Amino acid sequence: MDKSEIKAFIARRCAKELKDGDVVNLGIGLPTMIPSYLPEGVELIIHAELGIVSAGATPKEGDANFDPYHVIDAGGGVASVAYGGGFIDSATNFGLIRGGHVDACFLGALEVDAQGNLANWIIPGKRMPGMGGAMDLCVGAKNCIVCMEHTAKGNPKIFEKCRLPLTASHCVNKIITEMCVFEVNEDGLLMTEINPEFTIDEVRAATAAHFEVAVNLKSMLH
Amino acid sequence: MAKKPVLTAAEAAKMIPDGATIMCGGFLACGQARTIVKELVKLGTKDLTLIANDMARQTGPMGEEFFGIAELIHNHQVKRIIATHVGMTPEVGQQSTEGTLEVNLIPQGSLAECIRAGGAGLGGVLTPVGVDTLIEDSPLCMGKQRINGKDYLLMKPIHADFALLGTYKCDEYGNCWYKGTMRNFNVVMATAADTVIAECEYLVPVGEIEPENIHTYGMCVNYIVEGERK
Repeated sequence: MDKSEIKAFIARRCAKELKDGDVVNLGIGLPTMIPSYLPEGVELIIHAELGIVSAGATPKEGDANFDPYHVIDAGGGVASVAYGGGFIDSATNFGLIRGGHVDACFLGALEVDAQGNLANWIIPGKRMPGMGGAMDLCVGAKNCIVCMEHTAKGNPKIFEKCRLPLTASHCVNKIITEMCVFEVNEDGLLMTEINPEFTIDEVRAATAAHFEVAVNLKSMLH
Repeated sequence: MAKKPVLTAAEAAKMIPDGATIMCGGFLACGQARTIVKELVKLGTKDLTLIANDMARQTGPMGEEFFGIAELIHNHQVKRIIATHVGMTPEVGQQSTEGTLEVNLIPQGSLAECIRAGGAGLGGVLTPVGVDTLIEDSPLCMGKQRINGKDYLLMKPIHADFALLGTYKCDEYGNCWYKGTMRNFNVVMATAADTVIAECEYLVPVGEIEPENIHTYGMCVNYIVEGERK
Protein backbone atom coordinates (compact mmCIF):
# COMPACT_ATOMS: atom_id res chain seq x y z
CA MET A 1 0.00 0.00 0.00
CA ASP A 2 1.27 3.51 -0.68
CA LYS A 3 0.90 6.36 1.82
CA SER A 4 -2.50 7.62 0.67
CA GLU A 5 -3.89 4.08 0.45
CA ILE A 6 -2.67 3.37 3.98
CA LYS A 7 -4.44 6.42 5.37
CA ALA A 8 -7.67 5.63 3.55
CA PHE A 9 -7.49 2.01 4.72
CA ILE A 10 -7.09 3.04 8.37
CA ALA A 11 -9.81 5.69 8.12
CA ARG A 12 -12.19 3.16 6.59
CA ARG A 13 -11.60 0.73 9.46
CA CYS A 14 -12.01 3.52 12.05
CA ALA A 15 -15.38 4.41 10.58
CA LYS A 16 -16.66 0.95 11.58
CA GLU A 17 -16.24 1.90 15.23
CA LEU A 18 -19.02 4.43 15.00
CA LYS A 19 -22.75 4.25 15.33
CA ASP A 20 -25.48 6.67 14.41
CA GLY A 21 -25.61 9.74 16.65
CA ASP A 22 -22.19 9.31 18.25
CA VAL A 23 -20.49 12.50 19.41
CA VAL A 24 -17.00 12.32 17.95
CA ASN A 25 -13.88 14.44 18.07
CA LEU A 26 -11.46 13.99 15.19
CA GLY A 27 -7.79 14.93 15.46
CA ILE A 28 -5.88 16.68 12.70
CA GLY A 29 -4.85 14.69 9.60
CA LEU A 30 -5.93 11.09 9.10
CA PRO A 31 -8.88 11.22 11.56
CA THR A 32 -10.56 13.93 9.49
CA MET A 33 -10.91 11.35 6.67
CA ILE A 34 -13.10 9.05 8.80
CA PRO A 35 -16.50 10.67 7.98
CA SER A 36 -15.96 9.87 4.29
CA TYR A 37 -16.22 6.15 5.09
CA LEU A 38 -19.20 6.00 7.42
CA PRO A 39 -21.58 3.11 6.86
CA GLU A 40 -24.97 4.03 5.43
CA GLY A 41 -27.36 5.43 8.02
CA VAL A 42 -24.62 6.56 10.39
CA GLU A 43 -24.56 10.28 11.04
CA LEU A 44 -22.17 11.75 13.57
CA ILE A 45 -22.20 14.79 15.79
CA ILE A 46 -18.76 16.18 15.10
CA HIS A 47 -17.38 17.93 18.13
CA ALA A 48 -14.71 20.57 17.42
CA GLU A 49 -12.43 21.98 20.13
CA LEU A 50 -12.77 25.46 18.77
CA GLY A 51 -16.41 25.52 19.79
CA ILE A 52 -18.63 23.87 17.20
CA VAL A 53 -21.14 21.16 18.08
CA SER A 54 -21.73 19.90 15.53
CA ALA A 55 -19.38 20.85 12.73
CA GLY A 56 -20.47 20.58 9.11
CA ALA A 57 -18.69 20.14 5.80
CA THR A 58 -15.75 22.38 4.92
CA PRO A 59 -17.09 25.32 2.87
CA LYS A 60 -15.43 26.37 -0.36
CA GLU A 61 -14.66 29.92 -1.39
CA GLY A 62 -17.85 31.38 -2.83
CA ASP A 63 -20.15 29.29 -0.60
CA ALA A 64 -22.63 31.34 1.44
CA ASN A 65 -21.12 30.04 4.69
CA PHE A 66 -17.47 30.57 3.71
CA ASP A 67 -16.27 32.80 6.55
CA PRO A 68 -12.55 32.33 7.32
CA TYR A 69 -12.58 35.21 9.80
CA HIS A 70 -15.41 33.99 12.01
CA VAL A 71 -15.89 30.25 11.59
CA ILE A 72 -12.71 28.19 11.63
CA ASP A 73 -11.42 24.84 12.84
CA ALA A 74 -8.58 24.09 15.24
CA GLY A 75 -6.13 23.91 12.33
CA GLY A 76 -7.05 27.44 11.20
CA GLY A 77 -8.97 26.27 8.14
CA VAL A 78 -12.42 27.55 7.34
CA ALA A 79 -15.16 25.46 8.96
CA SER A 80 -18.93 25.39 9.22
CA VAL A 81 -21.66 24.45 11.62
CA ALA A 82 -23.91 21.57 10.63
CA TYR A 83 -27.68 21.96 10.26
CA GLY A 84 -29.00 21.89 13.81
CA GLY A 85 -25.58 22.49 15.34
CA GLY A 86 -24.39 25.36 17.48
CA PHE A 87 -21.43 27.30 18.79
CA ILE A 88 -20.08 27.02 22.32
CA ASP A 89 -17.44 28.74 24.45
CA SER A 90 -14.22 26.99 25.47
CA ALA A 91 -14.96 26.47 29.18
CA THR A 92 -18.35 24.88 28.51
CA ASN A 93 -16.93 22.93 25.61
CA PHE A 94 -14.14 21.38 27.64
CA GLY A 95 -16.58 20.69 30.43
CA LEU A 96 -18.40 18.51 27.91
CA ILE A 97 -15.15 16.78 27.01
CA ARG A 98 -13.98 16.11 30.56
CA GLY A 99 -17.49 15.22 31.64
CA GLY A 100 -17.64 12.21 29.33
CA HIS A 101 -20.13 13.63 26.84
CA VAL A 102 -17.92 12.84 23.85
CA ASP A 103 -18.31 9.21 22.76
CA ALA A 104 -15.02 8.84 20.96
CA CYS A 105 -11.90 10.70 20.01
CA PHE A 106 -9.62 9.58 17.21
CA LEU A 107 -6.10 10.85 17.23
CA GLY A 108 -2.61 10.08 16.01
CA ALA A 109 0.39 9.17 18.12
CA LEU A 110 4.13 9.62 18.21
CA GLU A 111 4.20 6.66 20.61
CA VAL A 112 1.59 4.50 22.25
CA ASP A 113 2.20 1.64 24.66
CA ALA A 114 0.81 -1.64 25.98
CA GLN A 115 -0.68 0.08 29.02
CA GLY A 116 -2.66 2.46 26.87
CA ASN A 117 -0.37 5.40 27.54
CA LEU A 118 -0.17 7.91 24.72
CA ALA A 119 2.54 10.37 23.71
CA ASN A 120 1.68 12.80 20.94
CA TRP A 121 2.39 16.36 22.00
CA ILE A 122 6.07 17.04 22.47
CA ILE A 123 9.53 15.87 21.47
CA PRO A 124 11.73 17.54 24.10
CA GLY A 125 14.43 19.71 22.61
CA LYS A 126 13.00 19.34 19.11
CA ARG A 127 9.37 20.30 18.80
CA MET A 128 7.01 21.84 21.31
CA PRO A 129 3.77 22.50 19.50
CA GLY A 130 1.77 22.06 22.69
CA MET A 131 -1.00 19.73 23.70
CA GLY A 132 -3.94 21.90 22.70
CA GLY A 133 -7.05 19.91 23.62
CA ALA A 134 -5.45 16.46 23.30
CA MET A 135 -4.90 15.83 27.02
CA ASP A 136 -8.50 16.72 27.87
CA LEU A 137 -9.85 14.54 25.06
CA CYS A 138 -7.74 11.51 25.99
CA VAL A 139 -8.84 11.73 29.60
CA GLY A 140 -12.46 12.68 29.01
CA ALA A 141 -13.71 10.91 25.88
CA LYS A 142 -15.48 7.60 26.54
CA ASN A 143 -13.35 5.92 23.90
CA CYS A 144 -9.88 7.01 22.91
CA ILE A 145 -8.82 5.45 19.64
CA VAL A 146 -5.35 5.86 18.22
CA CYS A 147 -5.26 5.68 14.44
CA MET A 148 -1.87 5.81 12.82
CA GLU A 149 0.60 4.11 10.54
CA HIS A 150 2.05 1.16 12.38
CA THR A 151 5.64 2.38 12.08
CA ALA A 152 7.46 5.66 11.43
CA LYS A 153 10.16 5.30 8.77
CA GLY A 154 10.23 1.59 9.55
CA ASN A 155 10.64 2.11 13.30
CA PRO A 156 8.02 0.90 15.78
CA LYS A 157 5.64 3.37 17.39
CA ILE A 158 4.00 0.83 19.70
CA PHE A 159 6.10 0.11 22.79
CA GLU A 160 5.97 -1.70 26.14
CA LYS A 161 6.29 1.74 27.67
CA CYS A 162 6.31 5.16 26.00
CA ARG A 163 9.63 6.99 26.12
CA LEU A 164 8.35 10.46 25.23
CA PRO A 165 6.43 12.62 27.72
CA LEU A 166 2.85 11.41 27.95
CA THR A 167 -0.28 13.11 26.74
CA ALA A 168 -2.27 10.97 29.17
CA SER A 169 -1.80 7.64 30.94
CA HIS A 170 -4.02 4.53 30.64
CA CYS A 171 -6.30 6.32 28.21
CA VAL A 172 -6.14 4.43 24.89
CA ASN A 173 -8.83 1.79 24.29
CA LYS A 174 -7.91 0.73 20.78
CA ILE A 175 -5.10 1.11 18.24
CA ILE A 176 -5.96 0.91 14.55
CA THR A 177 -3.14 0.74 11.99
CA GLU A 178 -2.74 -0.52 8.43
CA MET A 179 -1.46 -3.84 9.85
CA CYS A 180 -3.91 -4.67 12.59
CA VAL A 181 -6.30 -3.66 15.34
CA PHE A 182 -5.18 -3.88 18.97
CA GLU A 183 -7.49 -3.70 21.93
CA VAL A 184 -5.78 -2.30 25.00
CA ASN A 185 -6.74 -4.37 28.02
CA GLU A 186 -5.57 -4.28 31.63
CA ASP A 187 -3.05 -7.05 30.93
CA GLY A 188 -1.78 -5.52 27.66
CA LEU A 189 -2.44 -5.62 23.95
CA LEU A 190 -4.78 -8.05 22.21
CA MET A 191 -4.69 -8.26 18.43
CA THR A 192 -8.31 -8.74 17.37
CA GLU A 193 -8.01 -8.12 13.64
CA ILE A 194 -5.25 -8.34 11.06
CA ASN A 195 -4.87 -7.01 7.55
CA PRO A 196 -4.48 -10.21 5.47
CA GLU A 197 -1.65 -8.53 3.54
CA PHE A 198 0.50 -9.12 6.63
CA THR A 199 1.44 -12.10 8.78
CA ILE A 200 1.39 -12.15 12.57
CA ASP A 201 5.19 -12.40 12.51
CA GLU A 202 5.40 -9.27 10.39
CA VAL A 203 3.22 -7.44 12.91
CA ARG A 204 5.45 -8.70 15.76
CA ALA A 205 8.53 -7.42 13.92
CA ALA A 206 6.95 -3.97 13.58
CA THR A 207 5.74 -3.77 17.19
CA ALA A 208 8.04 -3.15 20.16
CA ALA A 209 5.55 -4.54 22.65
CA HIS A 210 4.31 -7.99 23.50
CA PHE A 211 0.79 -8.73 22.33
CA GLU A 212 -1.62 -11.63 22.50
CA VAL A 213 -3.56 -12.80 19.47
CA ALA A 214 -7.31 -13.22 19.85
CA VAL A 215 -8.58 -16.77 19.51
CA ASN A 216 -11.12 -15.54 16.99
CA LEU A 217 -8.73 -13.27 15.08
CA LYS A 218 -10.61 -11.56 12.26
CA SER A 219 -9.63 -9.97 8.98
CA MET A 220 -9.64 -6.16 8.95
CA LEU A 221 -11.36 -6.36 5.57
CA HIS A 222 -14.63 -7.71 6.99
CA MET B 1 -26.76 51.53 33.41
CA ALA B 2 -24.04 53.80 32.19
CA LYS B 3 -22.78 53.66 28.68
CA LYS B 4 -19.19 52.45 28.47
CA PRO B 5 -16.46 54.75 27.15
CA VAL B 6 -15.64 54.15 23.51
CA LEU B 7 -11.93 54.46 22.78
CA THR B 8 -9.87 54.29 19.65
CA ALA B 9 -7.65 51.22 19.40
CA ALA B 10 -4.62 53.47 19.94
CA GLU B 11 -6.11 54.95 23.13
CA ALA B 12 -6.86 51.48 24.45
CA ALA B 13 -3.37 50.22 23.68
CA LYS B 14 -1.83 53.22 25.48
CA MET B 15 -3.57 52.15 28.72
CA ILE B 16 -1.48 48.99 28.83
CA PRO B 17 1.92 49.54 30.47
CA ASP B 18 5.17 47.65 30.00
CA GLY B 19 5.17 44.45 32.05
CA ALA B 20 1.38 44.03 31.98
CA THR B 21 -0.32 40.65 32.00
CA ILE B 22 -2.88 40.45 29.19
CA MET B 23 -5.48 37.83 28.44
CA CYS B 24 -6.19 37.71 24.73
CA GLY B 25 -9.33 35.96 23.60
CA GLY B 26 -9.18 34.22 20.28
CA PHE B 27 -8.27 30.91 18.75
CA LEU B 28 -5.73 31.30 15.97
CA ALA B 29 -6.80 34.97 16.16
CA CYS B 30 -10.45 34.20 15.37
CA GLY B 31 -12.18 36.28 18.03
CA GLN B 32 -9.09 38.30 18.85
CA ALA B 33 -8.83 42.06 19.41
CA ARG B 34 -6.52 42.34 16.43
CA THR B 35 -6.85 46.11 15.95
CA ILE B 36 -5.76 46.84 19.52
CA VAL B 37 -2.93 44.31 19.15
CA LYS B 38 -1.71 46.18 16.05
CA GLU B 39 -1.52 49.36 18.14
CA LEU B 40 0.44 47.55 20.86
CA VAL B 41 2.86 46.51 18.15
CA LYS B 42 3.21 50.15 17.02
CA LEU B 43 3.76 51.34 20.59
CA GLY B 44 6.35 48.66 21.26
CA THR B 45 4.95 47.95 24.73
CA LYS B 46 7.33 45.40 26.20
CA ASP B 47 7.84 42.66 28.80
CA LEU B 48 4.26 41.50 28.35
CA THR B 49 2.81 38.30 29.72
CA LEU B 50 0.23 36.89 27.31
CA ILE B 51 -2.44 34.41 28.31
CA ALA B 52 -4.13 32.95 25.24
CA ASN B 53 -5.00 29.61 23.72
CA ASP B 54 -2.29 30.04 21.09
CA MET B 55 -0.04 32.79 19.75
CA ALA B 56 -2.21 33.37 16.67
CA ARG B 57 -0.78 33.12 13.19
CA GLN B 58 2.23 34.33 11.24
CA THR B 59 -0.05 34.43 8.18
CA GLY B 60 -3.76 35.31 8.15
CA PRO B 61 -6.57 33.41 6.42
CA MET B 62 -6.17 35.50 3.25
CA GLY B 63 -2.40 35.69 3.35
CA GLU B 64 -2.12 38.73 5.64
CA GLU B 65 1.33 39.16 7.17
CA PHE B 66 0.82 38.48 10.87
CA PHE B 67 -2.62 37.87 12.24
CA GLY B 68 -3.17 38.73 15.87
CA ILE B 69 -0.69 38.42 18.72
CA ALA B 70 1.91 36.53 16.66
CA GLU B 71 3.30 39.97 15.79
CA LEU B 72 3.92 40.81 19.46
CA ILE B 73 5.97 37.61 19.74
CA HIS B 74 7.81 38.39 16.51
CA ASN B 75 8.73 41.85 17.85
CA HIS B 76 10.09 40.39 21.10
CA GLN B 77 7.52 42.33 23.16
CA VAL B 78 6.57 39.29 25.23
CA LYS B 79 8.50 37.76 28.13
CA ARG B 80 6.12 35.01 29.16
CA ILE B 81 3.17 33.15 27.68
CA ILE B 82 0.58 30.80 29.12
CA ALA B 83 -0.96 28.88 26.22
CA THR B 84 -2.07 25.45 25.03
CA HIS B 85 -0.71 25.24 21.50
CA VAL B 86 2.00 27.19 19.70
CA GLY B 87 2.52 24.96 16.67
CA MET B 88 1.54 27.68 14.21
CA THR B 89 4.07 30.18 15.55
CA PRO B 90 7.54 28.53 15.34
CA GLU B 91 8.97 31.82 16.62
CA VAL B 92 7.73 30.84 20.09
CA GLY B 93 9.83 27.67 20.09
CA GLN B 94 12.83 29.61 18.85
CA GLN B 95 12.62 32.35 21.50
CA SER B 96 12.01 29.71 24.17
CA THR B 97 15.17 27.84 23.10
CA GLU B 98 17.10 31.12 23.10
CA GLY B 99 15.86 31.70 26.65
CA THR B 100 14.17 35.04 25.96
CA LEU B 101 10.59 33.75 26.28
CA GLU B 102 9.12 31.72 29.13
CA VAL B 103 6.53 29.29 27.80
CA ASN B 104 3.98 27.62 30.07
CA LEU B 105 1.86 25.14 28.15
CA ILE B 106 -1.23 23.74 29.83
CA PRO B 107 -4.15 21.70 28.50
CA GLN B 108 -6.84 23.67 26.70
CA GLY B 109 -9.61 22.68 29.07
CA SER B 110 -7.44 23.51 32.07
CA LEU B 111 -6.63 26.94 30.65
CA ALA B 112 -10.32 27.69 30.14
CA GLU B 113 -11.25 26.40 33.58
CA CYS B 114 -8.37 28.15 35.42
CA ILE B 115 -9.47 31.43 33.84
CA ARG B 116 -13.08 30.66 34.73
CA ALA B 117 -11.94 30.03 38.31
CA GLY B 118 -10.02 33.31 38.29
CA GLY B 119 -13.17 35.14 37.26
CA ALA B 120 -15.55 33.19 39.46
CA GLY B 121 -13.82 33.63 42.79
CA LEU B 122 -12.57 30.05 43.06
CA GLY B 123 -9.27 29.14 44.68
CA GLY B 124 -8.32 26.58 42.07
CA VAL B 125 -9.43 23.81 39.78
CA LEU B 126 -9.23 20.07 40.38
CA THR B 127 -8.90 18.28 37.06
CA PRO B 128 -7.89 14.75 36.11
CA VAL B 129 -6.27 16.18 32.97
CA GLY B 130 -2.47 16.28 33.15
CA VAL B 131 -1.99 13.53 35.73
CA ASP B 132 1.19 11.52 34.93
CA THR B 133 2.36 14.22 32.49
CA LEU B 134 4.78 17.17 32.52
CA ILE B 135 1.86 19.32 33.70
CA GLU B 136 2.55 18.03 37.22
CA ASP B 137 5.74 20.18 37.10
CA SER B 138 3.99 23.28 35.72
CA PRO B 139 4.20 26.45 37.81
CA LEU B 140 0.39 26.50 37.50
CA CYS B 141 0.04 23.11 39.21
CA MET B 142 -0.10 23.06 42.99
CA GLY B 143 0.07 19.30 43.40
CA LYS B 144 -1.96 16.15 43.18
CA GLN B 145 -4.96 15.07 45.21
CA ARG B 146 -6.71 11.73 45.41
CA ILE B 147 -10.48 11.91 45.61
CA ASN B 148 -12.63 8.76 45.66
CA GLY B 149 -9.65 6.76 44.41
CA LYS B 150 -8.93 8.98 41.41
CA ASP B 151 -6.01 11.39 40.98
CA TYR B 152 -6.56 15.06 40.18
CA LEU B 153 -4.22 18.00 39.67
CA LEU B 154 -4.89 21.15 41.61
CA MET B 155 -4.42 24.02 39.18
CA LYS B 156 -4.11 27.69 40.08
CA PRO B 157 -6.76 30.20 39.09
CA ILE B 158 -5.62 32.64 36.40
CA HIS B 159 -6.25 36.38 36.54
CA ALA B 160 -4.81 39.23 34.48
CA ASP B 161 -4.35 43.00 34.48
CA PHE B 162 -6.15 43.32 31.14
CA ALA B 163 -8.45 41.20 29.02
CA LEU B 164 -8.76 42.02 25.33
CA LEU B 165 -11.93 40.57 23.84
CA GLY B 166 -12.48 40.06 20.14
CA THR B 167 -16.23 40.42 19.64
CA TYR B 168 -18.49 40.84 16.65
CA LYS B 169 -21.22 43.11 17.99
CA CYS B 170 -20.95 45.18 21.11
CA ASP B 171 -23.67 47.54 22.32
CA GLU B 172 -23.11 50.86 24.11
CA TYR B 173 -23.47 49.19 27.52
CA GLY B 174 -20.70 46.75 26.63
CA ASN B 175 -22.91 43.72 26.03
CA CYS B 176 -21.22 41.49 23.48
CA TRP B 177 -22.22 38.95 20.87
CA TYR B 178 -19.75 36.69 19.12
CA LYS B 179 -20.19 35.33 15.62
CA GLY B 180 -19.31 31.71 14.85
CA THR B 181 -16.23 30.43 16.62
CA MET B 182 -15.18 33.87 17.93
CA ARG B 183 -16.62 33.05 21.33
CA ASN B 184 -13.93 30.58 22.46
CA PHE B 185 -11.98 31.98 25.44
CA ASN B 186 -13.50 35.47 25.32
CA VAL B 187 -16.45 34.54 27.53
CA VAL B 188 -14.34 33.47 30.52
CA MET B 189 -11.63 36.07 29.97
CA ALA B 190 -14.23 38.83 30.26
CA THR B 191 -14.62 37.85 33.92
CA ALA B 192 -10.98 37.40 34.91
CA ALA B 193 -9.13 40.70 34.43
CA ASP B 194 -8.95 44.03 36.25
CA THR B 195 -9.63 45.97 33.06
CA VAL B 196 -11.65 44.47 30.22
CA ILE B 197 -11.59 46.02 26.76
CA ALA B 198 -14.03 44.73 24.18
CA GLU B 199 -13.04 45.28 20.57
CA CYS B 200 -15.97 44.84 18.22
CA GLU B 201 -16.55 44.87 14.50
CA TYR B 202 -19.87 46.67 14.98
CA LEU B 203 -20.84 49.03 17.78
CA VAL B 204 -24.64 48.80 17.99
CA PRO B 205 -27.38 50.52 19.98
CA VAL B 206 -28.51 48.95 23.24
CA GLY B 207 -31.30 46.47 22.53
CA GLU B 208 -30.00 45.29 19.20
CA ILE B 209 -28.54 42.20 20.87
CA GLU B 210 -31.52 40.39 22.40
CA PRO B 211 -31.18 39.83 26.15
CA GLU B 212 -31.21 36.05 25.63
CA ASN B 213 -28.32 36.31 23.21
CA ILE B 214 -25.83 38.31 25.23
CA HIS B 215 -22.65 36.24 25.52
CA THR B 216 -20.59 38.68 27.58
CA TYR B 217 -22.46 41.00 29.91
CA GLY B 218 -21.76 44.71 29.81
CA MET B 219 -21.13 44.73 33.56
CA CYS B 220 -17.84 42.91 32.85
CA VAL B 221 -16.68 45.34 30.17
CA ASN B 222 -14.86 48.60 31.01
CA TYR B 223 -14.08 50.01 27.57
CA ILE B 224 -15.23 49.49 24.00
CA VAL B 225 -13.15 49.82 20.84
CA GLU B 226 -14.58 49.68 17.35
CA GLY B 227 -12.02 47.75 15.34
CA GLU B 228 -11.55 46.35 11.88
CA ARG B 229 -14.45 44.69 10.09
CA LYS B 230 -14.12 41.37 8.33
